[in-house]
Amino acid sequence: MTHPSHAELTRVVREHAGRLAGALVRLIGDFATAEDLVQDAVVKALERWPAEGIPERPEAWLFTVARRRGLDILRRESTYRAKLAQVQWPVQPEPDERLRLIFTCCHPSLPRAAQIALTLRVVCGLTTAQIAGAFLVPEATVAQRITRAKRKITDAGIPYRLPAAADLHDRLTEVLSVVYLMLNEGYLSTADSIHSERLVDDAEWLAALLHELAPDEPEVAGLLALIRLHRARGAARFDAAGDIVLLRDQDRSRWDHAAIGDAARLLARAARQHRPGPYQLQAAIVACHAEAPRWEDTDWKQIVLLYDMLLHVAPSPVTRLHRAVALRYTAGPPAALAELDALADPLDAYHLYHATRADLLRALGRPDDARGADARALELTANPAERAILHERLNWSA
Amino acid sequence: MKYVLLFVDTEGFSAELESMSQADRDRAYGRVNAWMAEHAGVIRGGSKLQGPHTATTVRLDAPEPIVTDGPFVEGKEVVSGYVEVDVADLDEALRMARTWPGCPVVEIRPLEA
Repeated sequence: MTHPSHAELTRVVREHAGRLAGALVRLIGDFATAEDLVQDAVVKALERWPAEGIPERPEAWLFTVARRRGLDILRRESTYRAKLAQVQWPVQPEPDERLRLIFTCCHPSLPRAAQIALTLRVVCGLTTAQIAGAFLVPEATVAQRITRAKRKITDAGIPYRLPAAADLHDRLTEVLSVVYLMLNEGYLSTADSIHSERLVDDAEWLAALLHELAPDEPEVAGLLALIRLHRARGAARFDAAGDIVLLRDQDRSRWDHAAIGDAARLLARAARQHRPGPYQLQAAIVACHAEAPRWEDTDWKQIVLLYDMLLHVAPSPVTRLHRAVALRYTAGPPAALAELDALADPLDAYHLYHATRADLLRALGRPDDARGADARALELTANPAERAILHERLNWSA
Repeated sequence: MKYVLLFVDTEGFSAELESMSQADRDRAYGRVNAWMAEHAGVIRGGSKLQGPHTATTVRLDAPEPIVTDGPFVEGKEVVSGYVEVDVADLDEALRMARTWPGCPVVEIRPLEA
């Protein structure tokens, strides 16, 4: 038996844990109990499979462990025991079972941190320790969030079913923001690279699953395209020393151009529905960058236009900051700086605001002011890769 | 499942209601009555409360019971009424609360089984 790779283990667990959770919730009718059983099986699998190999039918293996464990711990709880005794392999999950599970985990009455932890654990099959590693929080904190959330699901009567048509749009938006936060946390993470890779992996997998289950939702396709476009350029984002390479300096031959093409087509199909939203627009902006053969070829006019649309549907100072960067190349550095000055108030504590400002000040021949802004940016970020860039700039300009 | 929807009033909302013309106020009450009628099938009880100035609070966590004037939390938001509803799950209770035409905050709490 060959030892399975970490990626293979991850893939198998993710594929089957959520499916099993969905089936058990439906059969047992109790979210918390079902989730405990699956988690036990996942933990056991992660102990045994690395050495013993992945069984031929991993889903049956997980099911057997979950069922045995369930009968064991539920000996005294006759109602669950009776229900569990009726559960037979193979369970036949309905196609939308995992979708229900996602909607339950991302219910708006749960706090955001709990939505994320619960989704990663129940739908993606991560252990509490893995989630804690990804978000750099103590394992006990994650465990507590999950316990509280499961208790609330039961006590407050959060349903295990697809939201009614009238609520579907809002609820889907909620689910998409959970996936988007996973992407951001993974992409901009301060955690180590294995954990952040894993988060982006899970975000992509969830978005793909949502897209498969709700193919007509353009924002789902938009988010999936956004994630894939980021990933397609991942190889060029860091140099051999692990330092961030800025977009303009990246070796574009290292981008996955086939994947960029696929993502752009996915996005174009979504756009044909004429229901633009923040994820489609962000993906379109990233696509503009990804499709430019060289930095000099970037279609900045189009990018400014897309930012204008994005600000219209989802106004935010950070989006205005990004728009100002693009504005530099269409209207010039003074116009971009004026736009930044208007954002001083809301963004004073955001390191990228000061780093961007420093860039513009340098372009405008104000090196002393630029150094001040870089120093301020350095105070505000803990991300080692970003700190390295800022240090280098400060040394170089000193 | 049974839930109580707690309707929460704010100073701003009370002031707004007071500054309305009688006709506008009547229309506002009319919307509340229509909401009650629409959900009559699941409403099991409830009432509007008199204002916080009518509240008396008894504290039993002191060495001696202390009776004070006013609601138990001093705040700009006060519970002004409630309905008990019997619906399938939280989503249904949420849907009701979302269309509530009265005061600006609604807290949904399940009843103990």
